[in-house]
Amino acid sequence: MEIFGVPTQALFGQLLIGLINGSFYALLSLGLAVIFGLLNIINFTHGAQYMLGAFCAYLLLEKLGLGYWWALVIAPVLVGALGIIIERTMLKQLYKLDHLYGLLLTFGLALVIQGVFRNQYGSSGQPYAIPPALAGGHNLGFMFLPTYRAWVIVASVVICFGTWFLIERTKLGSYLRAATENPELVQAFGINVPRMITLTYGFGVALAALAGVMAGPIYQVSPQMGADLIIVVFAVVVIGGMGSIMGSILTGFGLGVLEGLTKVFYPEASNTVIFIVMALVLLVKPAGLFGTQK
Amino acid sequence: MTQSKTHERVAFGVMVAFFVLAPLVVYPVFLMKVMCFALFACAFNLLIGYGGLLSFGHAMFLGTAGYAAAHSAKVWGFSPEVAIVFGTACACALGGIAGVLAIRRQGIYFAMITLALAQMIFFYYLQAPFTGGEDGIQAVPRGRLLGLLDLSNIWAMYAVVLVVFLAGFLFIYRAIHSPFGQVLKSIRENEPRAVSLGYDTTRYKLLAFILSATLAGLAGATKAIVFQLASLTDVHWSMSGEVVLMTLLGGLGTIFGPVVGALVVVSLENYLAQLGAWVTVVQGGIFVLCVLTFRRGIVGELGRLIRRPL
Amino acid sequence: MSQLKKLAAAVAVALAAGSAQAQVSGGVVKIGVLNDMSSLYADIGGPGSVVAAKMAVEDFQKSSKAGLKVEVVSADHQNKPDVGSQIARQWYDTDGVDVIVDVPTSSVALAVSQVTREKGKALLNTGAATSDLTGKACSPNTIHWLYDTWMLANGTGSAIVKTGGDTWFFLTADYAFGHALERDTEAVVIKNGGKVLGKVRHPLNAQDFSSFLLQAQASKAKVIGLANAGGDTINSIKQAAEFGIVRGGQSLAGLLVFLSDVHGLGLEKAQGLIFTETWYWDMNDASRAWTKRFIAQTNGKYPTMDQAGVYSAVLNYLKAVEGAKTDDGTKVVEQLKKTGADDPLFGKGPIREDGRKIHNAYLFEVKKPSESKGPYDYYKLRATIPADQAFRPLKEGGCPLVK
Repeated sequence: MEIFGVPTQALFGQLLIGLINGSFYALLSLGLAVIFGLLNIINFTHGAQYMLGAFCAYLLLEKLGLGYWWALVIAPVLVGALGIIIERTMLKQLYKLDHLYGLLLTFGLALVIQGVFRNQYGSSGQPYAIPPALAGGHNLGFMFLPTYRAWVIVASVVICFGTWFLIERTKLGSYLRAATENPELVQAFGINVPRMITLTYGFGVALAALAGVMAGPIYQVSPQMGADLIIVVFAVVVIGGMGSIMGSILTGFGLGVLEGLTKVFYPEASNTVIFIVMALVLLVKPAGLFGTQK
Repeated sequence: MTQSKTHERVAFGVMVAFFVLAPLVVYPVFLMKVMCFALFACAFNLLIGYGGLLSFGHAMFLGTAGYAAAHSAKVWGFSPEVAIVFGTACACALGGIAGVLAIRRQGIYFAMITLALAQMIFFYYLQAPFTGGEDGIQAVPRGRLLGLLDLSNIWAMYAVVLVVFLAGFLFIYRAIHSPFGQVLKSIRENEPRAVSLGYDTTRYKLLAFILSATLAGLAGATKAIVFQLASLTDVHWSMSGEVVLMTLLGGLGTIFGPVVGALVVVSLENYLAQLGAWVTVVQGGIFVLCVLTFRRGIVGELGRLIRRPL
Repeated sequence: MSQLKKLAAAVAVALAAGSAQAQVSGGVVKIGVLNDMSSLYADIGGPGSVVAAKMAVEDFQKSSKAGLKVEVVSADHQNKPDVGSQIARQWYDTDGVDVIVDVPTSSVALAVSQVTREKGKALLNTGAATSDLTGKACSPNTIHWLYDTWMLANGTGSAIVKTGGDTWFFLTADYAFGHALERDTEAVVIKNGGKVLGKVRHPLNAQDFSSFLLQAQASKAKVIGLANAGGDTINSIKQAAEFGIVRGGQSLAGLLVFLSDVHGLGLEKAQGLIFTETWYWDMNDASRAWTKRFIAQTNGKYPTMDQAGVYSAVLNYLKAVEGAKTDDGTKVVEQLKKTGADDPLFGKGPIREDGRKIHNAYLFEVKKPSESKGPYDYYKLRATIPADQAFRPLKEGGCPLVK
């Protein structure tokens, strides 16, 4: 059986691949959405922080001999801590200003971080091996699925929905959401809002770093790995609706699949298709697919 | 002329004197680049500084005009002035289309939609055969201005760029100080109020957008003739980021700010080229410093010092 | 050497300068190393090329009696033709640069070649691949020193078809260089009786190749030709290993691979890869000795063929300046074409009238991890393609300089 000249079997494979790429979009856009939702900051450093996560994993292995599983825990903590420092020293000053300044500041930070790493490690990338426990793969009949990629899908689905549950269904989450709506009132209830904001930023950044660690074995660990990705992820968040957690998760996976299909039918356009979708969505539904207009 | 305008005249005089005298000591091609980017930044500033609209896709106008001018001069044999006008007109047309689509949205959504459009335009130029892909359109003839003046002479070219730049600059200055500019500023400050006063704000914003696109196109077309090259760099999103940097550094919503910003940024790129990746580190550092310590930009802070807007 | 001795040496050199220096513009021969210092191709040339150029100057000064004053400057063209041509223009106009070397990235190379011709200087290109530099865009001021797309396609393509790899699928970077490489290789494959089953064009700097690789897998072609470079090649090879492409019986052919790419991949992933280069550090005593000096200045990073090419180009250029007693670009290039090149790394090699330098090319295969005995011990030689067959015949290029 064929669909538009492509065998159905091959198409299944491509859909699955799309879903894997979508996992990264979802993880990254989730972090961006969480940060935007609470801080009203468009975190352009997200791509650089994703790269930092991957480098952290690489350095842990090179310098301390700590492998992938350690990196999965340590890298997000370290990069998240760095995020907290950035929030405390810089971002804090910008909350009362236009969105624009937060975007510009984080854009500048991204340039600095990426530049420093490029000077230090060159640009052709450092290898990072797939952990032995996840090496190999399974033949699914319609395609060969590497175990590691399967792990990426599962892990990111768990993390994404865990985060969604945390924010939308727990008490802590309800404080967070309340603080987004009316920080003064929540503060008056005796909740330390500034600290909550700081921790949220740290959490969002840690998600980026986690995505970075997971990406390391698939892509090269290179200083530029997040530079172009950030623009795409950004588009994902906008399409999903700024600040909408579920929106960014679903859109992340969905656009990954769409991009995968584009790679089959018109591969040259695979980098552009997301922007076409973004333009269309913004024209028809300005607040994004899952967002609500404030 | 009232007292409040005197300092602007002085500043304008200083700027003209700088661009007239500087080529005696500074490499003229470098100065022409500065002027092209200064005009580009001024055009961008018209939109954000006075209209409050952050476009994250302004490179599409710079690049479109560049490609149009380069192609028409090289393949169709247009003389340089016609090529520049043609390039500018193309940017104007694109500005009209993009403007109609984009100005319906505000704030970050406006920035995103311009980014999306610019990415599509980038993709088109990457694929279209006439642009030569990443080779760009090379060896564009400078030709003779009005069939008389040979522009391969560097001083003739310099004079032309200077005239184009000053004409564009004065045009923007007039626009800002016209009733149109005042309405634009009122929209930036408080759009609902402007609407309630009976202004069709959408039309004003669209006009500002098209003007800005056209002038950005003028800069791009001139640049293509000067450097005899039109390339993907000028349509890439990082170029859209760069113009934000220039304007922010010089001073958002100031008249002379974008010029100063362009001068600083282009000089940095030029004189730090030896340092490789450190250029981006320095650029990023400037962004951070600017946002944290002097949000008004160089000229904005200067204006505050002398208590007059520049 | 003490400061005083250095000073004395400098004075002696200045005094000995004599006649040769009289025709040298500005009293100094200035060499500009223009390449990618910070992104995609920085490890192929980058700062390492500057080191190589300085070593060439050093070696020249040791043997030369002309007492030329030589200076090396460098800049980053960011792989953008506009940036590259601006720097070149400024170097020639105001900074007194006499010759530009390296210049990877085909689009930049073409732009710089143009400026060089306009200004009557010299361009010794080692970094760029496009065979147009000695074809329709050839110039009396440009020498294409090291390799080109025709040579890569010919070396790798015909060798693989001859050993049974007769059905191909191309993974092509969607820009002019990728298209050229694909076009040249396809021609070679078909000429040798092979077949091209399909091709897919991926955007430049793509991160994820799994989708394209799956298409390649589905094509059942015996060989997957990678018509891309740098990070794209690395990522496609890495992901091909992940999806078991090589284990599934298909083989990969890297059409443009450098030592730094193999290093970035690691032998585990890169093993078995076949490609063509014109130089490798572990070829003979001369290359090993040179490499030893090189790595002492680069924190242990071994030289790529591009960096070796820069050394060779600069050394021969300086000899030609000495021979022609001028640093006028057009005349030095003429001199080089007359005398040909000779240096410890590439040996003797003529330079054709279309600007093509001629030397051997080598078909390499990446070693298995078990075969590698030391740092950067990565290649084994599969075949030597003799100089007279390695490059495109003079008549076929369509260079207007050839009559």
